[in-house]
Amino acid sequence: MMMFRWFLLLITFGFTLPSMAEELMLFSSSLNQARYQSLVEELRCPKCQNQNLADSGSGIAVDLREQVYQMIEQGKTDQEIVDYMVARYGEFVLYRPPYSSATFLLWYGPFILLGLGLLIFFFIVMANRKRRGVSS
Amino acid sequence: MRKVLLFIPLVLFLVLGAIFYLQLGKNTQYMPSALVGEKVPDFTLVSLETDQLVTQEDLPDGPYLINFWGTWCPACHLEHPFLVELADEGVIIIGIDYKDEKNLAQQWLAQKGNPYVNVLMDEIGHFGVDMGVTGAPETFVVDRSGMIVYRHQGVINAQNWPVIKGHLK
Repeated sequence: MMMFRWFLLLITFGFTLPSMAEELMLFSSSLNQARYQSLVEELRCPKCQNQNLADSGSGIAVDLREQVYQMIEQGKTDQEIVDYMVARYGEFVLYRPPYSSATFLLWYGPFILLGLGLLIFFFIVMANRKRRGVSS
Repeated sequence: MRKVLLFIPLVLFLVLGAIFYLQLGKNTQYMPSALVGEKVPDFTLVSLETDQLVTQEDLPDGPYLINFWGTWCPACHLEHPFLVELADEGVIIIGIDYKDEKNLAQQWLAQKGNPYVNVLMDEIGHFGVDMGVTGAPETFVVDRSGMIVYRHQGVINAQNWPVIKGHLK
């Protein structure tokens, strides 16, 4: 029986290492944890430009994740945290850029192009119909 | 009228071609700093040499450089001799020892020479985040009025120094 208990204890130790691989963050509520997850997924790592904070292993990303965690636990709102990052790293860090005159084309360009395409499509259809109407 | 419409694809091609051509050769890693045009953010850091607290009030009157470095950073080894040269020419450089250990930094400066008028310890990297650095080495140019006017990411060397020098006034 004693042997079995020792065996069990050893097995539980086996599970500790993988759980240590991630940074240890204890959130005061599951809401805070969810907010943290969504923020680090939406903020871009300033060092490795095609990764978000959650994915990146660079030193600065680790620091910024810690900063996001601290600010959430201090009771800062999501907007305050985003503003904090933008003040330091620019709008570059936002994977979802704000609506402004500079980002107008970025946000609405695809819809404008879609509208243009539809217009051209209808013009051609109308023109073809008219021509067929004349010939028949 | 119909014939003119046939030229639309060609015109589009030329416009796009021109846009893409102008973008060629640009540094894709370049990231504008959010701090250009701002004052140096408030800070309280410990000086490496004197162990005294230093705040933004104690910064020199400018123009000067703020250089982030660390003994853990291989590129800083490359950059250091050039900084020593600059200091000899009379350029004022404030060093920020970024996420580093005090004794290692002291050893480094003793061995390789000290180009800095003052070295401040940013051990946890908080000031680095306030300045929006992404790593080391990174250098900010502060002009005479105390405004940050330029940020350079990476090693300063003889090739890129003229550009940085141009902002130093």
